[in-house]
Amino acid sequence: MSGAVGREPVFPTRQSLGLMKSKLKGAETGHSLLKRKSEALTKRFREITRRIDEAKRKMGRVMQIAAFSLAEVSYAVGGDIGYQVQESAKQARFRVRAKQENVSGVFLPQFESYTQEGVNDFALTGLGKGGQQIQRCRETYARAVETLVELASLQTAFLILDEVIKVVNRRVNAIEHVIIPRTENTIKYINSELDELDREEFYRLKKVSGKKQRDNAAADAEILAARKKAEAEEAAGAVAAAEPEAAPEAADVLGEQEDNDVIF
Amino acid sequence: MASAATYKDRQLLAVIGDEDSVTGLLLAGIGHVTEGADAQRNFLVVDAKTETSQIEQAFQNFTQERKDIAVLLINQHIAERIRHSVDTFADPFPAVLEIPSKDHLYDPEKDSVLKRVRRLFGE
Repeated sequence: MSGAVGREPVFPTRQSLGLMKSKLKGAETGHSLLKRKSEALTKRFREITRRIDEAKRKMGRVMQIAAFSLAEVSYAVGGDIGYQVQESAKQARFRVRAKQENVSGVFLPQFESYTQEGVNDFALTGLGKGGQQIQRCRETYARAVETLVELASLQTAFLILDEVIKVVNRRVNAIEHVIIPRTENTIKYINSELDELDREEFYRLKKVSGKKQRDNAAADAEILAARKKAEAEEAAGAVAAAEPEAAPEAADVLGEQEDNDVIF
Repeated sequence: MASAATYKDRQLLAVIGDEDSVTGLLLAGIGHVTEGADAQRNFLVVDAKTETSQIEQAFQNFTQERKDIAVLLINQHIAERIRHSVDTFADPFPAVLEIPSKDHLYDPEKDSVLKRVRRLFGE
């Protein structure tokens, strides 16, 4: 596997070895941090999923109750109020506002419902009859919508978390299976190259010193030979020098040197 | 990543549903009609005669074009008719919520979000 990820294109120098080592350390730290983040998010995610499941079931019940109260209204009013309601809707009374919640660096929005005061589009609805039922129906539906809003924020959080967890897991896996092995490979490569260079250098030095020794030995031998030769020459010179000295002496015998008087 | 700007203006709920659901939700006070010449409602009543293309268009309008909608409520049996669009819509905003209607019981198996939940847990 380590062969498949390859290594980074660097020159095998000590500097890049240091760089790679610090990179490996950083990758390991990042990996453990991201892994922890992913775990925290997953925990949150499971909790949200469970709550969504619950809320969806609750929603079914709540909507059923609300539909029943609407049926009561149409019975009490004795006709369809749908058209009238649709036409008189002008301004939203029931609104939502988004808040942020921070879960390990991920911002999850949370909807919060609130009613805008002073807005009432349905002041005249049910004026003739069934006003009480309509009032009750409105309350029931308002509660139902609150449940829906809660569910909507859970669902939004679910979608965002899903996305974020995917991204984080992708990063964790990339670091674990690509970046760390590749950096380790690079370090191994640089080390082997450096060792190789060391061996080469050692061999070269050995060669150089061997050659030096040989040169020295040759030089020594030469000097020795020269010295010997010089000595021999000197010796020969001494002999030679002694000979010419004898000759002048011999000449001197004939020449200027006064002989001692020969006394008979 | 969802930044604050993408949802701070989103205040409204929208609804695509049958007449009863829409009436009830409007009674709760979610109805809103924008002011001006091109007045837009944030609700669509769907009956047996409504074309699927019309539902589709309203869905696109509420999810893509309008930036003031935080939650889109849609009846499940109507979501069934435009199932493809609902399933492919994956953005966090607006949150698309499938709700039961009076005549059609809620079936958790069909819900696009619950389907994802089930898939994640490998059921």
